[in-house]
Amino acid sequence: MRLHIIIFLLISSNITISQNCSYTISGTVIDLHDFTKLENARVSILETNQEVLTNSEGQFMIKDLCKDNYTVEVSHAFCVNKSYKVEVNNNVVKEFQLEHHLEELNEIIIKGKTYSDKIKTNLETKISKDQLDRSSANSLGDVLNTISGVSSLNTGNTIVKPIINGLHSSRVVIMNDGIRMEDQDWGSEHAPNMDINTVDNITVIKGASALQYSGNAIGGIVITETSKTPVKDSLYGKTIVTSATNGRGGTLTSQLTKSFESGWYGKVQGSVKRFGDFTAPDYSLTNSGMFERSLSLRGGINRFSSGFDVSYSLYKVETGILRASHLGGAADQVRAINSGQPLVINDFSYNINAPSQDVTHHLAKIKGFKKFKNLGKLDFQYGFQQNNRLEFDVRRGDDKENPSLDLRLNTHTILLDLDSKISDTADLKLGVTGQYQTNFADPRTGVRRLIPDYDKYNVGIYGILNKQFSNKLLFEIGARFDYTYLDVLKFYRLSFWNSRDYNTIFQDIVIDGDFGNQVLANPKLNFYNPSATTGISYKFKDDYKLLFNYSLASRAPNPSELFSEGLHHSASRIELGDLQFNSETSHKLSLTLQSNKDTFSFTVNPYINFIRDFIIIEPIDVRQTIRGNFQVWEYRQTNAQLLGVDINSAFNLAENLTFNHQFSLVKGQDISRDEALISMPAASTTNAVIYNKKKLNNLYLKLQSDYVFEQNEFPNNNFEVFIPETETMETVDVSTPPSAYHLLSFNSSIDFNMNDKTSLTVGFDVSNIFNSSYQNYLNRLRYYADDLGRNYLINVKINY
Amino acid sequence: MKNLKFLTLAFLSLFCVTSCSDDDDVVPAPVNEEEVITTLIATLTPDGGGTAIVLKTQDLDGDGSDAPVVTVSGAFQANTVYNGVIKLLNETEDPAEDITEEVEDEDDEHQFFYTIGGGFNATTTYTSFDDDGDNLGTTFTLNTGAVSTGTLTFPLRHEPKKPNTGLVDAGGETDIEATFNVAIQ
Repeated sequence: MRLHIIIFLLISSNITISQNCSYTISGTVIDLHDFTKLENARVSILETNQEVLTNSEGQFMIKDLCKDNYTVEVSHAFCVNKSYKVEVNNNVVKEFQLEHHLEELNEIIIKGKTYSDKIKTNLETKISKDQLDRSSANSLGDVLNTISGVSSLNTGNTIVKPIINGLHSSRVVIMNDGIRMEDQDWGSEHAPNMDINTVDNITVIKGASALQYSGNAIGGIVITETSKTPVKDSLYGKTIVTSATNGRGGTLTSQLTKSFESGWYGKVQGSVKRFGDFTAPDYSLTNSGMFERSLSLRGGINRFSSGFDVSYSLYKVETGILRASHLGGAADQVRAINSGQPLVINDFSYNINAPSQDVTHHLAKIKGFKKFKNLGKLDFQYGFQQNNRLEFDVRRGDDKENPSLDLRLNTHTILLDLDSKISDTADLKLGVTGQYQTNFADPRTGVRRLIPDYDKYNVGIYGILNKQFSNKLLFEIGARFDYTYLDVLKFYRLSFWNSRDYNTIFQDIVIDGDFGNQVLANPKLNFYNPSATTGISYKFKDDYKLLFNYSLASRAPNPSELFSEGLHHSASRIELGDLQFNSETSHKLSLTLQSNKDTFSFTVNPYINFIRDFIIIEPIDVRQTIRGNFQVWEYRQTNAQLLGVDINSAFNLAENLTFNHQFSLVKGQDISRDEALISMPAASTTNAVIYNKKKLNNLYLKLQSDYVFEQNEFPNNNFEVFIPETETMETVDVSTPPSAYHLLSFNSSIDFNMNDKTSLTVGFDVSNIFNSSYQNYLNRLRYYADDLGRNYLINVKINY
Repeated sequence: MKNLKFLTLAFLSLFCVTSCSDDDDVVPAPVNEEEVITTLIATLTPDGGGTAIVLKTQDLDGDGSDAPVVTVSGAFQANTVYNGVIKLLNETEDPAEDITEEVEDEDDEHQFFYTIGGGFNATTTYTSFDDDGDNLGTTFTLNTGAVSTGTLTFPLRHEPKKPNTGLVDAGGETDIEATFNVAIQ
């Protein structure tokens, strides 16, 4: 490795002072690469044993020095200590630049520029490592939920899917350490299959503007990253233990990293999370427990001009689904909704019975980079993912132990990116991505395939240019093109095939054979998806920044939208897709105004998103079957408009005391039908008072209020069903959103330094302090049970 | 030189992934729903002999778009005791699978109910029970009263609360629900 510390003498002031020992050395410590001011860098003088830490502005001052030559040592987290001779014959001011791409553990650095900007003209919101450590027991969706403009689509409280600016599922792309997650994200009860304890940083971009990742993220992109390993001989780790009363469970996560001065490193991480039945304020939520395990291994070499990294991670989760939500038809639904509490309430148990999910996700990845002098930085990645999803229903006879759904999705992804500085003021990113995906639906389930067998090929190329016109003004433009080819083998029911006229439109794709009342079809579909982005970033009055971004995104329909055809047990409804769908296209305009004053900072982010051929699923009919009546939900394409604003602000009330305010609002409209879009998040506001005193063992106290308004814009999808027992027609109210609710929560933590290398953080949290009963409009189980009651949680973290 | 090697390797792998992935089209096996109940046949024979009344509902495409076909062979005699037997079939398989056997094997997890509606003047009594002595209802007796018309519904509940006082507190989910328009002459 080359030198880590370089000293520049920038200014030497000449102030004559009498010949006593009252000289000073002062200055700042900054990052060589991006000029971030480094807090808590240690500056010491060996001869006098004086030692100081830099403040939040990276500044330091050492006083009472005589006219002499001194040895100054500058160090920062995980940099190798280096010492330099400084001659003092008057007050010396110096700027120390550290080469600093090698930190871990230190939260202050995480707030700096360890992770580069993903996009320059659209708002990106980060979740720090500290916050992730506090949320060790939560899911990715729960953590993202804390960002204004991000909400979640829940199935119970353990299956949590992120919604960004009102959009979810295939419209939200999750980049897991460089690789796009392919975990069957099309289903509304399919949560992201990753453990937040494996990542160190999360960035959310609302919208599709970061084209290097994807062109179809109409909702937004969630980027998770792991921090770089220090280039020095070191062995360090972290263990977090949490324990919670609600669900009577907790998590244990531990990681250990070994690094060498040569740049080599190795890292191992593992987590276990276990919960039994959770409780609502008035009753136990039978069969809502979960059991999650994850393991990740990583190794490689990290140098300034090149590096590579090999990693493997395994994630396995078993999730129980509220027993009372498993229904046999519309009549059961009426009973369940009208009963006021779940129809099945048993004693607490850790057992996970049907209905449940058992998902395993493997991710193996190799990536490397090389910096070329005249070309820039070239990145290469290859990733293999296997996602195996088993869904268990309440079944009968020999099938009792068999899953009703068994899908295995294999994905190979390859990426090649070039990031070059084409001039002092302009950057160009170019890249090409390739993906091959194959889905296998195991027929041994004895249930017709919900998602058919298919092969999918995707190739994408992109280019993004940004140009700095002045210190204040930056312009960005990018374009991407994706080609997708889908080769599918699907059995259709003859009755559906004929009723859709597919027998005339698609007679060419039928494969000969006698399959009883089914038809085997071989659709081969091509999708061409252009996407583009352009925007400006303008800084003014020192503290203000204005971002404007336009992005065009286009998304090919997913397998669920194209091929659904049959009863979706977990939703107790019949879902029908359409083979003739084309891609949906979004035009999003987003404006961001930011101010970063010490006493008051804010971000206001209004946006509008027009989506042509937006694919939605909604009820159209009630179908009579021998099992009873079921509501039929059909996918259709329409034109939609989403209009919203996200607000974030922070006031410094007093020293160490901050008030945070968040507000988000989104209004979704089906323009073609002039009615509200279904499942749009209700407006919500979060207000918190935070006391944080660094000097007092970093004491952190937070009292937070979350208020969720009642969603008053919704389509009426209620339907009527005949109940034989009472001989009446009953209305099944599946539309009316629940009332507004207010939750209060408390978080606290305190740090203890055990010795030089070991620190302990102890946290205590209470959520839903008043044990309020409430339902969330975007929880699919809201008809059958209340949301979670009060929870006490203890979180202990040891860094070593 | 080293740079060139790196680039070449990168591009080679790209080709490998896209070209290795040509899967041959193996025709997948069709799935015939194993659990589906397509048919319910309730046969009610007069106590002491006579013409049996057969109530049948058949939905061969399961949850597909075709509605069930419901037939009633005739009207009941007034003031008569009928011995009823319910049979469940999965006719998507050949030969048809008798689902009644499965229900009887798991008798503690199933129960038939008999819902009389619309003025149909009759009463029912369970004659088959599970191992705990609770109602199962695959067989029953129907006592007809005076001349009348109405409906007779057979809901089959999976995992109901047992014992129960009727559909209201039984819980569980509906596996089948067949309603017949019936008459007493």
